[in-house]
Amino acid sequence: MTRFNAWNVIKNGFLKNPKWDRQWRDPEPKKEYDIIIVGAGLHGLATAFYLAKNHNIKNVAVVEKGWLGGGNAGRNTTIIRSNYMMPGNREFYEHSLKLWENLSHELNYNVMFSQRSHVNLFHSPGARDSNARRYNTMLLHGSDAEFWSLEKLKKNIPHLNYGPNSRFPIMGAAVQKRAGTARHDAVAWGYARATDKYGIDIIQNCEVLGFNRIDSNIKSLITSKGEIKCKKVGFAVAGNTSRLWKMTGLNSLPIESHKLQAFVSEPLKPLLDQVVVFGVGGAHFYISQSDKGGMVFGGDIDWYKSYAQKGNLPIVQDVSEAAMSVMPCLGRVRLLRHWSGIMDMSMDGSFFICKTPIDNLYLNAGWNYGGFKTSPASGWYFADLIANNRPDKIIENHDLKRFEKGINIDERGAGPDPKLHG
Amino acid sequence: MIRIKCPFCGERDHSEFTYGGDGSIKYPELDASIKEWVQAIFFRENICGMQVETWHHSSGCRMWLKVERDTLTHEIKSVEAAHDGLAKLLRRKQ
Ligand SMILES: Cc1cc2nc3c(=O)[nH]c(=O)nc-3n(C[C@H](O)[C@H](O)[C@H](O)COP(=O)(O)OP(=O)(O)OC[C@H]3O[C@@H](n4cnc5c(N)ncnc54)[C@H](O)[C@@H]3O)c2cc1C
Ligand SMILES: [Zn+2]
Repeated sequence: MTRFNAWNVIKNGFLKNPKWDRQWRDPEPKKEYDIIIVGAGLHGLATAFYLAKNHNIKNVAVVEKGWLGGGNAGRNTTIIRSNYMMPGNREFYEHSLKLWENLSHELNYNVMFSQRSHVNLFHSPGARDSNARRYNTMLLHGSDAEFWSLEKLKKNIPHLNYGPNSRFPIMGAAVQKRAGTARHDAVAWGYARATDKYGIDIIQNCEVLGFNRIDSNIKSLITSKGEIKCKKVGFAVAGNTSRLWKMTGLNSLPIESHKLQAFVSEPLKPLLDQVVVFGVGGAHFYISQSDKGGMVFGGDIDWYKSYAQKGNLPIVQDVSEAAMSVMPCLGRVRLLRHWSGIMDMSMDGSFFICKTPIDNLYLNAGWNYGGFKTSPASGWYFADLIANNRPDKIIENHDLKRFEKGINIDERGAGPDPKLHG
Repeated sequence: MIRIKCPFCGERDHSEFTYGGDGSIKYPELDASIKEWVQAIFFRENICGMQVETWHHSSGCRMWLKVERDTLTHEIKSVEAAHDGLAKLLRRKQ
């Protein structure tokens, strides 16, 4: 496959681009694989990539019921940050951010990672203090963190609502400068292309419909493209985890599926250089501007459990109200599109990369609405788990047994209610 | 918008209600084993299809309701008071 570099781009440009190869194959499934990953979202693709790259395991397939990157991978608001403070989480998210910093080179694909700063507004002394605690914890663990005074914030982002009549006056912001955004589709395509190059089969339009399980072993997958045998299976199906789980004959999981909506406006001239986040009691709002100029934003989940990839109007109203209270200059901007994705909300808001009651089945799930940023580390540690059949120390508590052990990795302290872990 | 027929107030927009959660959970006896409690508090069937769930009519009569709703289509099959005694009473009245 032609490598992307300046020379090839210029040469093909002059030749009117007849020479680019397909970016990845469209193979039919083989009879058997060493490892099958279910789900060609970012986590499934990244897992296959690191299985080949870090562990030299290449007899691998990624099976996908639709097209690759068509799930939450293609539906998120692309915010990348590592402002986590619970043990395990902070190391994991920081590792992910470090992987992002080199990802375009690693994949030879421009994922348009833009470290434009993540600006977390606070509006009360309580919020300021809890942010101070969180961002100090980040500093202590080798990440970057800053506090911006109101003056500094006004200088950097002059068009937020600093008015005296705002319902929640802005006091300042906790900032992570290395955080930012990336182009979600490019990440899926970049991983797919790099994974395919190792000879790994990415099989689209191949829905998993059942499993052939004997005792504590999955022997084969029943798919819409026939039966495929395998030695090990990994699930990376985000909001569909519980459905796949039941197909294997297992029961319940500490996960509920909820939907989250996202919005994009008509393209505007450059308006916002950072990711801005607003969160007070009942409101939640985050916004950034894409390279095409669209304002990309979102808020809370739809509050009730759902498998419908279809949003509801009350949230459109909530999010618009939040937008107006933070950036009133958006008032006359028109909404171009909005959509929704099904997320695997976990009981404590943290993820699972772990073994399961079935010996050769591994689970990657529970990403809530923060699994875009984790894609590289998720693939990294999931591949490591599957290859070595044991979790890395960093994620050893991110398993299904943690609740039984009394370990809740609850960043927000919101308790065992999935809808509260935004 | 989902429309929920509150047995006390009539049919209302879902935005008047607060979502509770899975309504099929039965808490074990206080002295039950940790395993049973962990199962009740942290583990969910997470059904794709018809499920029983609780909603609170927080901007209405403030009663807790038990709703049968399809989590894929959002279609509602039945709504009744979450309190068994009340539900029975209402059913008898009809
Ligand atoms: C609106 C929205 C905004 C978000 N914003 C952010 C954000 O700003 N920052 C952030 O970090 N995260 C964000 N997230 C979360 C993030 O998008 C997800 O956590 C992440 O994409 C999930 O991992 P994935 O890419 O592997 O999932 P997906 O892309 O959903 O991949 C799962 C795949 O599994 C496939 N699948 C399911 N069932 C089967 C089956 N039976 N057989 C075969 N294949 C199957 C699906 O088709 C799908 O392609 C957001 C999510 C949403 C919905
Ligand atoms: Zn009512």
